[in-house]
Amino acid sequence: MIFLKRQLPLAITFVMGVTFAFQYYIPHPVSEEAITNVSKWMQIISGFALALGLASIFHVHAVKIKRQVPGWGYSIVLYAAMLATIIVGFKSGGETKVDGAQTAFGWLYDYSMVPLQGTMFSILAFFIASAAYRAFRARSPEASVLLVSAVLVMMGRVPLGQFLLPWTWDVTQWLLNVVNSAVRRAILIGVSMGQVALSMKIILGIERAYLGGGKDQ
Amino acid sequence: MIIAPTLLLLLFLGASVLAAIPAPEGFRALDTPNDAGKSLSLVWKASPADRADRTVQVWLADGPDGPFQKVAEFPSNTRYVKPGDFPWWAQPARKGDHYVKLASSQAFPIEDGKPYFVKLLVREGDQEVWSEVAEATSAPNVFNTAQLNNLVFVLAFTGVLLASIAAARRNPHVPLRRIAGLDAVEEAIGRSTEMGRPILYLTGSGGMDEVSTIAATVILGEVAKKVAHYDTSLKVPHRDPIVMAVCQEIVKESYVAAGRPDAYKEDSNFFITSDQFSYTAAVDGIMLREKPAANFFMGSYFAESLLLTETGASTGAIQIAGTDSDHQLPFFVTTCDYTLIGEELYAASAYLSREPVLVGTLRGQDFGKGFIMSVLVLGTAFATIGVVVDSAIFNYVLDLFKDFK
Repeated sequence: MIFLKRQLPLAITFVMGVTFAFQYYIPHPVSEEAITNVSKWMQIISGFALALGLASIFHVHAVKIKRQVPGWGYSIVLYAAMLATIIVGFKSGGETKVDGAQTAFGWLYDYSMVPLQGTMFSILAFFIASAAYRAFRARSPEASVLLVSAVLVMMGRVPLGQFLLPWTWDVTQWLLNVVNSAVRRAILIGVSMGQVALSMKIILGIERAYLGGGKDQ
Repeated sequence: MIIAPTLLLLLFLGASVLAAIPAPEGFRALDTPNDAGKSLSLVWKASPADRADRTVQVWLADGPDGPFQKVAEFPSNTRYVKPGDFPWWAQPARKGDHYVKLASSQAFPIEDGKPYFVKLLVREGDQEVWSEVAEATSAPNVFNTAQLNNLVFVLAFTGVLLASIAAARRNPHVPLRRIAGLDAVEEAIGRSTEMGRPILYLTGSGGMDEVSTIAATVILGEVAKKVAHYDTSLKVPHRDPIVMAVCQEIVKESYVAAGRPDAYKEDSNFFITSDQFSYTAAVDGIMLREKPAANFFMGSYFAESLLLTETGASTGAIQIAGTDSDHQLPFFVTTCDYTLIGEELYAASAYLSREPVLVGTLRGQDFGKGFIMSVLVLGTAFATIGVVVDSAIFNYVLDLFKDFK
């Protein structure tokens, strides 16, 4: 059992990790084919894993309905919406359009899914405003610098700001191209080093917490 | 009597006109280096007579006697080897020479292992001159020599990491800089326990093939151990079923490691949907209905980050984020109590567990960053001096640190 839970996954990780790390340096078609095949394996595994996800959804919401926990009515809405989408999807053959005409499945997607997604995304504008209000309150010298920078960048990025204060365009470009880029690159260098180090730890079996239980298990 | 001088004059004029269009000098064809095959490369020397109204045509045939087929045409003052195209240790042509890569196409497929014959036609108005015929055979390469520097650095960095781990094993007392966000993990779990509310942990939008997701799952293991110890409720909603399966195992093992296997709940990890905003809406709903006392946002995020964290902030939860998505960092910094920035996410496992082996790799990373900083300073100095004194000598050093494909 310990072999299946520990040694085999670590061996597979090591072999695949080393193989595909070196694959980056091999332009031969065999190497390209190997990475394509592995990508397909991942897609197939993801397809099977979706069954796990569906089972999880059914289980969680069935328990909610059974125990009638607060908000259990939403679980019934979820089941109904899921069932309706599956039935309509099968009836439409999974197509959103047939011969240029919209199917029921396409209608369901265009007139319920897309507006709902749009609604969630549009809330972002209000959340940015409320988050910005909190961040830009000049309570400390750092927050004051942030406030001034943000006002300058906003003025430099909108037509009215550029009309009223044309010099803000140059200041904005300098802030974005010099200050902002330098910080982003510094963060990205750190991230890259961290990613390489973590990848090495995983490939070499030093970091094995992702298998569950830490090093002693 | 009149015809003979006229002919002589015409021959003289013709010769002078032909001399005005020089044939391509040093023309050769070769297998394209460092590629997957099915392509040829052509090289010839640049000429001071190259100009826009003089064109070069490439004619290709699969036999020495043809039939030749035109496969490319371009102005003669284009297609030069520029600095940065190839590293000095793997350049098929000198800088400033002409270089043309002929890839296999539907019009003229190039097969590996089969000889092809190429010639150039230089044309200007009605005048034209042919080059000699060059022969080359395409073949796939087993190693990209242009990326040799990359491989050397990766191997060197691996060596430094292993040496740092060995050093940490000998001397386990490696000092670590304090990371406020990780110190606050205990406080956040304790607060949830006192308030009798659950802890919400998100692993981000990535799959298990993303390093940031792996880091998030590793931190989840440490958080789950503390949650098990405090006997608090843990909720981990997922966007990826594979990540969910991995996290189920991690949380289960953490409860076992904490000596509380009885407290583990199978449905603490659950799948919602892989759709970005549907997932966000569902998690926002959990935050508003169940009001978790602590929210953890680890892994990679996109537009959903602010929707999640701003909703969490409105419920008064203590929020700890950790991400390598630099474009989302401002949102996390603004709305969360603590944010692990970039590499701190990857250091979290070592910081929380304090295992010498893991802590040793952090020292190795620091050596790597020190090296990169030194290269940045020296590279900037070399590049500047090279421009000031108009010398390409420093390119030999700068090429060592460039990423060539």
